[in-house]
Amino acid sequence: MSVPAAVSIRDLRVLFGDTIAVEGVDLEVAPGEVFGLLGPNGAGKTTTIRVLTTLLPATSGSAGVFGVDVARHPMDVRRLLGFVPQQLSADAALTGRENVSLFARLFDVPRRTRPAVVGEMLETMGLGESADRLVSTYSGGMIRRLELAQALVNRPRLLVLDEPTIGLDPIARSSVWERIERLREETGMTVLLTTHYLDEADALCDRVALMHRARLRALGTPDGLKADLGPDATLEDVFRHHTGDTLEAGGDMRNVRQTRRTASRLG
Amino acid sequence: MAAWRQSGSRVVALCLVELQKLRHDRKELYTRAIQPALWLLIFGETFSRLHAIPTSVPYLDYLAPGILAQSVLFISIFYGIQIIWERDAGVLAKLMATPTPRFALVTGKAFAAGVRALVQGVVVLILAAVLGVALTANPLRLLAVAVVVILSAAFFSTLSIVLAGIVLSRERLMGIGQAITMPLFFASNALYPVALMPGWVRAISKVNPLSYEVDALRGLLLDRPAAIGTDLAVLVVAAGVGITVAASLLPRLTR
Repeated sequence: MSVPAAVSIRDLRVLFGDTIAVEGVDLEVAPGEVFGLLGPNGAGKTTTIRVLTTLLPATSGSAGVFGVDVARHPMDVRRLLGFVPQQLSADAALTGRENVSLFARLFDVPRRTRPAVVGEMLETMGLGESADRLVSTYSGGMIRRLELAQALVNRPRLLVLDEPTIGLDPIARSSVWERIERLREETGMTVLLTTHYLDEADALCDRVALMHRARLRALGTPDGLKADLGPDATLEDVFRHHTGDTLEAGGDMRNVRQTRRTASRLG
Repeated sequence: MAAWRQSGSRVVALCLVELQKLRHDRKELYTRAIQPALWLLIFGETFSRLHAIPTSVPYLDYLAPGILAQSVLFISIFYGIQIIWERDAGVLAKLMATPTPRFALVTGKAFAAGVRALVQGVVVLILAAVLGVALTANPLRLLAVAVVVILSAAFFSTLSIVLAGIVLSRERLMGIGQAITMPLFFASNALYPVALMPGWVRAISKVNPLSYEVDALRGLLLDRPAAIGTDLAVLVVAAGVGITVAASLLPRLTR
């Protein structure tokens, strides 16, 4: 029996009313890989992630994490996942340690080892000193690292990061990158991240999938994709080549969330 | 069995978070004590002197459980605002991506509102005692008071989460919350006996869970006859229905 893929998505389709958010997406991520979904805002990256994290049912098609189907066994899938959403989502009214402890409880980390595990995660993310301060005093980069600590407390097999460095200053960005790099070196964890930053995909990902207007347009290693176009090609060139569009231009669904809300209001 | 234990531990975890928040920021506890203090001091003292409302006990005594219930109502009915905030901040999505059943998540939130209401309730009862209300000192009765407060907060907070799941915006929830608190409050036995009400208000009061809450609190705190059994049954059913409906609406909030 072969080892199941960390992520396997088959012919995924997600509709919001009449709006097609994801169409015909097939994707496989190998265990231990750092995989990037690259595309402009509104390309369907976040929607794909939401299906994978059991937050959104697919209209059709299937998605699985280490061979476990997200629609049939959502609870089992959640145990395999660490998830950091796009927004800075730590609770500002609690301390860093309390934020991580909450997730340790929600993931059934045994009471005896809980304080040690929580402390270790905070240390790993460079938050040991500030663990007992309220998160309202944290910088954006610190909150992002705290969220990583929250997501890792479960020692997940798949870490899902939705736009991990969006809105962060360059120093905070590189510190988040560094943590992700170190994590994969030390644990061999599979990471699936979405980004619309080319340098991020270039720096972190073993393979990337270019997503544009709900569909996957290209798939490969950053270097391989560039090499296909010529010696001096950049990922930006690759993106333009496959989509006829620039990353900054964005898709038709620049704000899917808005569309989605409108769609749900209109029933 | 394991599933029940797991859900129980989730509920405890979410209640604990509420206590931690209260410990970090006590200001809200104090500001929220102002309104019940004013009701007891101004409305209570004035109507005690007017003797306009015939009650079997001094009016301030009669009023105090009603104001406690009002405090619980005000805290819980706007609880959905926190849920919408958590939704916009991505916190809710993150919670829902943990192995926590929807039902346990909502129950946890409902009881967390209960914890907050309980702490606030202690403040109101201390105020009432200071003003000379003859409150029970029987620990079993006080324990039952705590149960009534938590169940009521669970019901009204899940009602708020249900409304949040329907309107999906803080502003609109704020408006709706304000629009329904006063009718709930006035069409109840919190301020005056049901017997004084016009027939149609009495009919509303009959289906208003707040009335059952007040009846239980009054009976327990003042050691007066009350239909405690019926009151508790109504509150348990109301909280159960609230949690069930809110849990079914939860996925709508993260879509």
